[in-house]
Amino acid sequence: MPWDRNQLAARAAKELQDGMYVNLGIGIPTLVANYIPEGMTVTLQSENGMLGIGPFPLAGEEDADLINAGKQTISELPHSAYFDSAQSFAMIRGGKIAMAILGAMEVSENGDLANWMIPGKLVKGMGGAMDLVAGVKRVVVVMDHANKHGESKVLHQCTLPLTGKACVHRIITNLGVLDVVPGGLKIVELADGVTEAELRAATEATLVN
Amino acid sequence: MKKVYASASAALDGLLHDGMSIAAGGFGLCGIPELLIAAIKDASTKDITIASNNCGVDDFGLGVLLATRQIKKMQSSYVGENAEFMRQFLSGELELEFNPQGTLAERMRAGGAGIPGFYTKTGVGTVIAEGKEHKDFNGETYILETGIVTDLAIVKAWKADTSGNLVFRKTARNFNVPAATCGRVCVAEVEEIVPVGTFDPDCIHLPGIYVHRIIQGHHEKRIEQRTVRSA
Repeated sequence: MPWDRNQLAARAAKELQDGMYVNLGIGIPTLVANYIPEGMTVTLQSENGMLGIGPFPLAGEEDADLINAGKQTISELPHSAYFDSAQSFAMIRGGKIAMAILGAMEVSENGDLANWMIPGKLVKGMGGAMDLVAGVKRVVVVMDHANKHGESKVLHQCTLPLTGKACVHRIITNLGVLDVVPGGLKIVELADGVTEAELRAATEATLVN
Repeated sequence: MKKVYASASAALDGLLHDGMSIAAGGFGLCGIPELLIAAIKDASTKDITIASNNCGVDDFGLGVLLATRQIKKMQSSYVGENAEFMRQFLSGELELEFNPQGTLAERMRAGGAGIPGFYTKTGVGTVIAEGKEHKDFNGETYILETGIVTDLAIVKAWKADTSGNLVFRKTARNFNVPAATCGRVCVAEVEEIVPVGTFDPDCIHLPGIYVHRIIQGHHEKRIEQRTVRSA
């Protein structure tokens, strides 16, 4: 069985290390916060101006002044800090954030990432994604291996407008884990019950040994 | 010199004109200058270029200025929460200049700090880099982005003292600080105006030198995505 959303988030959480400052994107990446191992200190950054994101608040404790980058109400922790957007992206651009875990529409075999725009169809914007992939030390993509038409999202070349060039280090999909290496992608791990042949068949990108 | 005004429209008196540029604070609906936006709607100022991370929702925040067709151009990073925005943009009625969020914040900060341009890695190899100067530093490629200076900045803070020193609350600080600094004139709306001497000078988030006019008012502070955990 390929990994479901929660299993994907749990697998992505294994990328975390004690003491890391990490930015989690919207969607499945946000769920990674639920799987931070007990006893490990990971400080989550929200690009709208916070370090130390706490859990969603209890009903009745929501605060309009306290939201994450997905505009969801959140809570603070004893070590939380607030700052403005320029400061927030100074720490991102300045390489102070160890890792970003982001969703994607397409990833290519050289680590190009497209996750912000479908031309003529959907105009939302890149938000902070371009800054994150250009600035953080390590970029991990978490996504489904195929799009809703069943086509591979792991490609030779992205077809959609890029968020960043050669910026992705690791791809975690419902079928397994792939690393961007010279010449293509290398299979690091298979999802439970997924065979290497299945992953290869579902992948357009060049896979190297 | 008196910075405290009685209302949003009084504070904007003499500052609005057709074709002007405005920097607005806020992220989503958090920390937006909702009273000043409403007063700009009432003033019917037209052809405004607005630098703001988002454009509100259809009936709140900057979205209300879309409904009245007062906005000519937006400089934003994310506009996904707004159906009228998409309609006006896709039909060509509204100009949109997408900026990566950090680039937008830094363009405001730089503009306010007297820095006309800066190089950043953000957007290299994407449509954002098209037509911009590229320059290599230490073997890496960067693009030139320009500072933003606007005719007016409108921001929301938690508290102000009567000299214009501002204190923000939690994540409502966001773009309010860089936006405030890049306006030739800055008007701030706050939940409470307190006498000078109330704030510890060590704990002021934005010094009053950047803030020219202030108003106190009641804020709706709408929540966009109310999300809770079970007890």
